[in-house]
Amino acid sequence: MQKIAITSEGPSLDDAVDPRFGRAAGFVIVDPATLETEYRDNGAAQTMPRGAGIQAAETVAGGGAKVLLTGYVGPKAFQALSAAGIAIVQNIESMTVREAVARYKDGRINVASAPNSRGRGR
Amino acid sequence: MIVAIASGKGGAGKTTVSASLAGVWSPPVIAVDLDVEEPNLHLFLKPEITGQEPAHMDVPEVDEENCTLCRACSDVCQFKAISVMGDVILTFPEMCHGCGACKAVCPEDVISYGKRLLGDILWGRTAGPEFLMGRLRVGEAMSPPLMRHVKVRLKDRLAETGADAIIDAPPGVSCPAVNAVMDADVIVLVTEPTPFGCYDLALAHQAFKNIGKPMGVVVNRAGLGEDAVYAQCRDAGLPILAEIPYDRTIAEAYSRGRIISEISDRFRHIFTDLAGGIRELASSDVARKEAFHA
Repeated sequence: MQKIAITSEGPSLDDAVDPRFGRAAGFVIVDPATLETEYRDNGAAQTMPRGAGIQAAETVAGGGAKVLLTGYVGPKAFQALSAAGIAIVQNIESMTVREAVARYKDGRINVASAPNSRGRGR
Repeated sequence: MIVAIASGKGGAGKTTVSASLAGVWSPPVIAVDLDVEEPNLHLFLKPEITGQEPAHMDVPEVDEENCTLCRACSDVCQFKAISVMGDVILTFPEMCHGCGACKAVCPEDVISYGKRLLGDILWGRTAGPEFLMGRLRVGEAMSPPLMRHVKVRLKDRLAETGADAIIDAPPGVSCPAVNAVMDADVIVLVTEPTPFGCYDLALAHQAFKNIGKPMGVVVNRAGLGEDAVYAQCRDAGLPILAEIPYDRTIAEAYSRGRIISEISDRFRHIFTDLAGGIRELASSDVARKEAFHA
């Protein structure tokens, strides 16, 4: 099964989903079949005055994920993720990473065709 | 001589001082609006605009067919203006600072330059000073690249005419403000005797003192607020070059786009004295440097 990345406030399945994409604390990368996880810190993007979304997209692509579950994605990040062939699921928030993965496995998600945030970098 | 009129605080009176000073400065003089994000000096000087040209910045364009996706460019770019995502190379021209590093490091030589419009440079004349300004394109996030274009034209005009320049700088103490004052011979900090004025004056002094240019202060709206700014200037070794009174006639004239030094002889003298103070500050700095080198 293809790996999915979830924006997260911490490294585990029981941490809360971070609804921000570019400024997320990090990404939990999950194999939905085995629930094996790997954590990628997003510190590199958090220190950038602008371009955090693009940096975060590079981190997610580098982690090998083909699906992203998150809250809000700005236009440049959306373009970068799409170029890497990553399916984007937005409006995932107020739940744990584990709950987000369950929702994905149940098929209760919609892949986005457009960004749902203006982004901060403009 | 180049005189930059700056301030930490917005609305302190930079444009009021710039317009009046340009009006009393002995010609030839060029009045320059480097507050390219929101230029307003022209509203007071009312120049006849005689020329205008767009200014651009070089941004990377990639020959995607011959790009090997080696990431040398995306690794060197500090601003995420060029990025390799999977098997695609992406450029984000609006993020680019125009440094050229991507093109310099590309081992395949597949990066060329396209252009991003920064804004316009406009110039013209008034009965007194020559006039020059930049106007940033709406949506453009960076003003220093356009300011550099305006300064190139200024340098040419100064060389051709032997004029002095009075620069109306942007507010704040970040890159645009530093860019506006760094080439000046004298920096004039406009403030007001309020806690806001004091706080932002301290920031501006701190930001600009490392540039090593002589600085002086104009206290605008003198009589308003409190006296702390005078002690602050004394402690910082900043001479007070002029005080502009807190006066209703000035506010009325300003609101009608009039130049304060043209209201009355009394106000005119404030600015002729200021011009003298600036020249003195510049020559004492020259003397100080000569003594240092001797």
